[in-house]
Amino acid sequence: MSIAARSIGASLNRIEGREKVIGEALYAYEHRQDDVAYAAIVQATVAKGRIRSLDGSAALAVPGVLAVLSHEDAPSLGDAEGELALFQSDRVAYRGQIVAAVVADSFESARYAERLVRIDYEEEPHDVELRADHPRLYKPDQVNPTYATDTEQGDVDAALAAAEVTVDTTYETPSFHNNPMEPHASLAVWDGDGGLTVYDSTQGSAPARETIARVLGLEPERVRVVAPHVGGGFGSKGDVRPQAILAALAAQAVGRPVKVAVTRQQMFDVTGYRTPIVQRVRLGAERDGRLTAIVHDVFEQTSTLEEFAEQTAVVTRMMYASRTRRTTHRLVALDVPTPSWMRAPGECPGMYALESALDELAVASGVDPIEVRIRNEPDLDPESGVPFSSRNLVACLRVGAERFGWADRDPTPGARRDGTWLSGTGVASSTYPARRRGSQASARREADGRFVVRVAAADIGTGARTVLTQVAADALEVEPERVTVEVGDSAFGQAPVAGGSAGTASWGTAVHRACRQLVESGDDEARVDTTEEVEGQESYSRHAFGAQFVEVRVNAETGEVRVPRVLGVFAAGTIVNPKTARSQFIGGMTMGLGMALLEEGILDPRFGDVVNHDLATYHVPVYADVEQIDAVWIDEEDDRLNPIGSKGIGEIGIVGTAAAVANAVHHATGVRFRRLPLRLDRVLTALNGVRHR
Amino acid sequence: MKPFRYERPQDATAAAALLEREPEATFLGGGTNLVDLMRLGVAQPSLLVDVTRVVDDRVEETADGGLRIGAGVRNSDLAAHPLVRERYPLLSSALLHGASGQLRNLATTGGNLLQRTRCVYFQDVTRPCNKREPGSGCPAREGEHHNLAILGWSEQCVATHPSDMAVALAALDAVVHTSRRSLPLVDLHRLPGDQPQHDTVLAHGELIEAVELPPLPFARRSRYVKVRERASFAFATVSVAAALDVEDEVVRDVRLALGGVAHKPWRATRAEEALRGSPASAEAFAAAADAELAEARPLRDNAYKLPLARNVVVRTLSELA
Repeated sequence: MSIAARSIGASLNRIEGREKVIGEALYAYEHRQDDVAYAAIVQATVAKGRIRSLDGSAALAVPGVLAVLSHEDAPSLGDAEGELALFQSDRVAYRGQIVAAVVADSFESARYAERLVRIDYEEEPHDVELRADHPRLYKPDQVNPTYATDTEQGDVDAALAAAEVTVDTTYETPSFHNNPMEPHASLAVWDGDGGLTVYDSTQGSAPARETIARVLGLEPERVRVVAPHVGGGFGSKGDVRPQAILAALAAQAVGRPVKVAVTRQQMFDVTGYRTPIVQRVRLGAERDGRLTAIVHDVFEQTSTLEEFAEQTAVVTRMMYASRTRRTTHRLVALDVPTPSWMRAPGECPGMYALESALDELAVASGVDPIEVRIRNEPDLDPESGVPFSSRNLVACLRVGAERFGWADRDPTPGARRDGTWLSGTGVASSTYPARRRGSQASARREADGRFVVRVAAADIGTGARTVLTQVAADALEVEPERVTVEVGDSAFGQAPVAGGSAGTASWGTAVHRACRQLVESGDDEARVDTTEEVEGQESYSRHAFGAQFVEVRVNAETGEVRVPRVLGVFAAGTIVNPKTARSQFIGGMTMGLGMALLEEGILDPRFGDVVNHDLATYHVPVYADVEQIDAVWIDEEDDRLNPIGSKGIGEIGIVGTAAAVANAVHHATGVRFRRLPLRLDRVLTALNGVRHR
Repeated sequence: MKPFRYERPQDATAAAALLEREPEATFLGGGTNLVDLMRLGVAQPSLLVDVTRVVDDRVEETADGGLRIGAGVRNSDLAAHPLVRERYPLLSSALLHGASGQLRNLATTGGNLLQRTRCVYFQDVTRPCNKREPGSGCPAREGEHHNLAILGWSEQCVATHPSDMAVALAALDAVVHTSRRSLPLVDLHRLPGDQPQHDTVLAHGELIEAVELPPLPFARRSRYVKVRERASFAFATVSVAAALDVEDEVVRDVRLALGGVAHKPWRATRAEEALRGSPASAEAFAAAADAELAEARPLRDNAYKLPLARNVVVRTLSELA
């Protein structure tokens, strides 16, 4: 290509930016339909039991109310499972489960009438508390998506017993809840022929089409899912959520298009969350910090409806060199909503524990935290023995150390005080798999010299549309202004979800191939499917790497933790668009700050659910919590990935950040906190304990 | 939300008359809390009487050198008012520590005083709450209460009052003028006792018309310090409003109030008494804080508020001394 990579690497502004700022970009709930009706969700108020009776008469008496939906008269959804099996039984599996809905000709009437539905429950004792010694813990057949549940390498117990330095610690994280700016919403429209269009807040219109069709017993060709703009998802819109099915059922019931908006409060129950996790990490090492044993035991929850097994310890299988290693996952099925995807499922919580333990090893062995990581750098993927396609963790650590000023760091914990503020710094490694999935795409030459590229990608605020435009422009050897990339429509063919940080690599490969085929064939249209290409790729261990450096201040009198400085250094292959990439990295790290300091679903076991279900009581970071934050990346060329050479950047930012914060808090205070978040009450209580001792 | 009617009367008499006829009617100011509560089903008024055109929205100097703040003055305007910033900087600071810019632009002085607790059980109609539904029980006492009261709570209710502004006003001896009477601000809000459903002593239809600040020359040297779980846009875990008058290293006079610790803005009268005439020292400030907190009864998960309140009182007074 004569003018290759002209657009890739440029900080192109977000293509739909203007549309979004002036309010023209339509999100799921905003699509217009004549004669639309509105459905409001009725949630269970017991955590376990059976609906003895349901009385919708008061709701139906409200002017404008069209229908009350429940298990009493819902159509049978033969192939629906778990959270999507709406109204299929009188059983209640968790508090907050959708048990009925009210459809009305206005949103207000539906919301009002929803509270008038009277449900009488036969309540049963519930069990909602995860414990590492829960008697009903079990070993799942696999963990997400298809990883082995447990792995063992060498005689780890002997290695632990013989180790000169050991760490044996347990880390606890609460439930974390995705809070994208756009709450989940769907608009369902049936046509006269039994075909269904769903405008949905989804991270994947094509897979959503398959799921919706299966649940409703339709041929996939009869279903279209449209999602041109999605206001964030972080994984919570990766699977079809119940509101999409509800919209379709309600529209069928009343013979009108129906909109469903999940409220912010309801999101905490019905849109998934990251499971609370207890992680025990044991490390054995030589005196110089070289690991001889790693044990990572994970205890987490799923629901009674379906199994969701977060792959928390999987990252420990590839991160550091060690002769011996064991990773295990145990689940308990509780009377809770089913956990689901949240930014970097597996890697995010797993690396919080592993990178905290590495810091404890650094302290225990007296080796610098960066050096201890460098000393444990493997030559091959440690457990599989497969070569890395590229691995630049050490470069990230070194570049970061230089930029952050690590060399001057006094490792002594609790030694820096300015007035009431203690200060410290911490580091953690980061990593995320560089996955790629098969995708279809098409490219068309227009009469006016423009090009239209279609791929059922999802732009959930990441800049996917913009990045794919750059990929297409370079493949077509034209200016990006001449390319229109259309995304977010299942009519564009098969394409994977925006998930697993695999969007650019997956959709981008297909877009690249389609555009090249168009150029090389000279035809007016080209269509490709990369499934075979992706399945046939060579075996390498493909991962992005990174390192976060964090400075914290901890107020000794109030327990407040503030973060004046965050630096992330990443090695993620080709960075297609520095502007949108920076936002991804910084956004991920900001979410990591929330995980470290603020976010926590507070369970009230008596009721069985999370009680702080709004943004006033479930705190996510605000601007003032983020002071100096920066993301940089090193040049990394890796031709074993995909035609673009990119590794995916949507999730790696959050991985490691919470550990870096907690490690910095230890450096500042001398107190090791092993339970997130580092809320000021816990910090103050611990600091007082230390002072009084 | 439950269907309701909306009226916008042109004068206070008409507004009061509307409420008198209708027990489920309520006044509407900026709506930043009330409308949320209506959406949640916590508040279910039959009629909203918008009083933003009825109540005064001016800040005026009084004859004795104090200020009269109309109940309709928006939080943003009050925080920015030159006389407030000059004479009562702690009030300006308290306002700016509350909510967000958008909310402050809407929220009124009267409405701010009448906002309701953010206790998670109060705000969720699927759970019991004595404040929302008298007699139904208080799940917070044994449940999620890490940011609730340590002072003055009852078996019935352990909620806290969320306002920052009210804490500063409590310290400043503010007087509330209603359509029926004038009363000290510290007597406006109640402790929960066995009637937690009543946040204040106001009768149905009684309209807050203005808040008056008496002159307090030493309030020019005053502070509002707020501790919260994130750096902005969060309710106080503990806040301290203080003004200090020190001469020759002796406390001549002091005003001190605590937020985030009780069902009402907590005027720290015991601490004030202990401080008047005492040395302006960290030790004296700590002793005064201890005197105030002696009657505190922390719940299972909020004992941290004791050292926190003590530390913040000492720090705030030390910075003023």
